[in-house]
Amino acid sequence: MDRRLFLAGTAAIVILPLAPAAATPDAMAEAIRKVIGTATPTEGRVKLDVPPLVENGSTVPLTVSVESPMTEADHVKAIHVFNEKNPQPNVFSARLGPRNGRAVIGTRIKLGDSQRIIAIAETSDGKFWSAGADVIVTLAACLEEAT
Amino acid sequence: MSNILVNAPKTARRGDVIEIKALILHPMETGFRPGPNGRILPRNIIERFTATWNGTEIFAMDMSPAIAANPFVSFFARANDSGTVVLRWTGDEGFAAEHRVDIAVE
Amino acid sequence: MSRRLLVVGLGLVFAASYATAQVGADKRRSGYQDMGEALQKMQDDDTANPGMLFVQLGGQLWSKQTGVADKSCADCHGAAAASMKGVATRYPAIPQGGDRPVDLEGRINLCRTEHQRADRLPPENRELLALTAYVAHQSRDMPIAPPYDHRLDAFRQQGAEIYRRRQGQLNLSCAICHDDNAGKKLAGVVIPEAHPTGYPIYRLEWQALGSLKRRLRNCLAGIRAEAWPLDASEYVAVELFLMDRAKGLKLETPAIRP
Repeated sequence: MDRRLFLAGTAAIVILPLAPAAATPDAMAEAIRKVIGTATPTEGRVKLDVPPLVENGSTVPLTVSVESPMTEADHVKAIHVFNEKNPQPNVFSARLGPRNGRAVIGTRIKLGDSQRIIAIAETSDGKFWSAGADVIVTLAACLEEAT
Repeated sequence: MSNILVNAPKTARRGDVIEIKALILHPMETGFRPGPNGRILPRNIIERFTATWNGTEIFAMDMSPAIAANPFVSFFARANDSGTVVLRWTGDEGFAAEHRVDIAVE
Repeated sequence: MSRRLLVVGLGLVFAASYATAQVGADKRRSGYQDMGEALQKMQDDDTANPGMLFVQLGGQLWSKQTGVADKSCADCHGAAAASMKGVATRYPAIPQGGDRPVDLEGRINLCRTEHQRADRLPPENRELLALTAYVAHQSRDMPIAPPYDHRLDAFRQQGAEIYRRRQGQLNLSCAICHDDNAGKKLAGVVIPEAHPTGYPIYRLEWQALGSLKRRLRNCLAGIRAEAWPLDASEYVAVELFLMDRAKGLKLETPAIRP
């Protein structure tokens, strides 16, 4: 076998098993459309706090805060978070209301790779607001090997 | 036995906005990972977390496999009246856990 | 001034500054200091630190009767907050009547077989980790204080030799990474000094609590060396050496690490 063919072959063997079942920016856009329909979210009012560089993608702290008085007349109804490269594009969907007082949610997420995260908030007037953040995932050295 | 850690104030002034933080022991197995024998481990996640205040739902969150193991959630609540906050986690394999916090509102 | 006096004077100045340097020379860093702020905050907040779930579980197990003797840890030791305070700072140690050092997990298993007449818990068993974390947590913020027991010297020496021995396909020793290159970056992250200050730790990669033994096995995999069998005495020897090297640093159990 010629060397180039051999290299191409091994590359295919290495890459193929990893390829299926990964979300893509398209899959994320599709998941977002399912939630917001034909509306276009406006950038703003949403703050997405996530470290720009994380030491391990398995537990990434994330906080979404939305500017809102959280009154009966004017509040955040829902907060959704999406990612573009995990096997599935949805991260979480939360429902909230005036009883929350503040539209702030904290959690920890898994990120399989460096990627863009998008948070979308739906306000009581039916509008959608969004924020995005890019996260670089590094890997700790000396990880456990699947044995 | 469920292992749950909740951080919420025991007392609050009427109208105060308080933070409630909750942590629960759970593997959040994604359903995408191979196990030691090379077979994909079946998905086992918490799908839903809810909080009620005196029976009224004040917060609900649908989780995906992208939520980290031993899920942590923090949210806020306006303390309108004394009562019981019930936090509930439900998920795959019939998982169900509950934690109650009594908050006195003055 | 005579030349001799000058030499003596200078000598005194050097001696004094050397002594000062020695006193203020503790530049050892816990892995905590090499983590980002987000992870430090996760460790510091007891209701956000997932390791505390295992400490909670350990507390439940502490007072649960088990074994043929139907005894709990609490039946003999009472409240762990008093009886276990400082214990983890002194392990590994040689148990009474024994001749070889055991780590804290080993000590708990001795209690199980001798006093509770229960089965040993296997390595990395969740209950064993939880109990170990619960015991070690009682020493949080206390300085590591290896016991003065000359019988430990040979085992500690064995640990030091392993630490400095090149091994694996990468032909690296522990010392090459964690002494010579600590603080530099490997694959984007800081190489820590490898002080065992927070075990059992909640390692994010594991998404669970794990022992120093598990971490050492990860290191061995990292340098492409064959890990020792799970019951090998090498692990305790290396732990003895590392705890002596970390003497005086404060315990953090349960620590978070990436």
